[in-house]
Amino acid sequence: MDYVNAFWVGGLICALTQILMEKTKMLPGRIMVLLVCSGAVLGALQIYEPFREFAGAGASVPLLGFGNTLWKGIQEAVQTDGFIGIFMGGFTASAVGISAALVFGYLASLIFQPKMKK
Amino acid sequence: MSQTVGTQSIRFEQAPYIQSSASIVGTKEGEGPLGKLFDVVGSDDKFGEETWEEAESTLQKEAATLALGKADLKKENIRYIFGGDLLGQNIATTFGLMELNIPLFGLYGACSTAGESLSLAAMAVAAGYGDNVLAVTSSHFASAEKQFRFPLEYASQRPLSATWTVTGSGAFVLGTKRSHLRITGITTGKVVDYGVKDSMNMGAAMAPAACDTIYQNLVDFKRQPEDYDKIITGDLGTVGQEILIDLLKKKGYDISTVHMDCGIEIFDSETQNTNAGGSGCGCSAVTLSAYILPKLEKGTYKRVLFVPTGALLSTVSFNEGQSVPGIAHGVVIEYAG
Repeated sequence: MDYVNAFWVGGLICALTQILMEKTKMLPGRIMVLLVCSGAVLGALQIYEPFREFAGAGASVPLLGFGNTLWKGIQEAVQTDGFIGIFMGGFTASAVGISAALVFGYLASLIFQPKMKK
Repeated sequence: MSQTVGTQSIRFEQAPYIQSSASIVGTKEGEGPLGKLFDVVGSDDKFGEETWEEAESTLQKEAATLALGKADLKKENIRYIFGGDLLGQNIATTFGLMELNIPLFGLYGACSTAGESLSLAAMAVAAGYGDNVLAVTSSHFASAEKQFRFPLEYASQRPLSATWTVTGSGAFVLGTKRSHLRITGITTGKVVDYGVKDSMNMGAAMAPAACDTIYQNLVDFKRQPEDYDKIITGDLGTVGQEILIDLLKKKGYDISTVHMDCGIEIFDSETQNTNAGGSGCGCSAVTLSAYILPKLEKGTYKRVLFVPTGALLSTVSFNEGQSVPGIAHGVVIEYAG
């Protein structure tokens, strides 16, 4: 059942984003920012965490979930370290995701050659 | 004796002849409707180089060399090159034509560069500044995406109104020796901006510029659209074409029966996933060389107006919220008998 929930929730988030891409003139960069900020806001409103427990990877993998991750990290850091936590928390929480992206991207660039789009 | 006519045009007294032209394209263009007409179709789009930018330089070098060969000329016979491309600081042109050791005027007209380079080359020959002059331009899909949008590795999605930058280079040798083709006049475009801010809909951004130059050409030379067998734009695509015909109708000229667009001709949008059509400096250059000039040579067309358009934005101007201005350069090419 976990798998099914992850599947349809993740798919729904992607489908809604695709509608934004096709029906509006929003540039991809702006859409990504919208997703991250929305995730952060939903996290602050205590909505995203229960949503993530329900949908698992379907809620944490899309960019919406990244916004929530940022929010959680900052919130924890502020509770532990006070004001300076605003600057510390975001990167600590997202460190694994960002490092993985960098490392795998670099490895891919070593192994693969640039190819034309068909 | 003044050769200027009207406000933006020149009618050449000693009209230069087109000595030869050459076209080199990538694999997608080779698979398109005009595929068999191009001089050279690359087996891959790297053309033996390591980077896309070097590949584009090689395209220019090969096109120029082939055009010289066809005209039976050596590089020492060429007085000037007028050349440009889409990349920042025109690096494809610089590195591509370096070895030819010919005095170079580097140009930027975005996708109108074929028109701009042919105009200036024609002016140079007609005024007696050179017996043989070369005009060359190129574009490459991968290097253009990296320049204007995102590198291919980013795997971004392209909307349906986006055009596909042609991988190709077209080179033209103009000179005083008699041939079947002459450039008899030019109409030089002004920057025209209707305030379009959609960088994914270039056709709409450039159509006003095409309208402006075509209109001025017809007025300056006192012609009607039917005086041309074809009025050929570079890359307005289907969207831009409709807008152009509409804008000109409002000014009293109906070009719907004679209009042709290189971007629409070069790709089959049904099978090749090219959305609104081809674009880039190479689009109009290779189509002119491979498809249009042969028809003029045979006398099928007697007179055409070649008027490629360019979108004069940069990533900086766009990100700073500016609109997309356009320009179009008109070149009148005639069958000389």
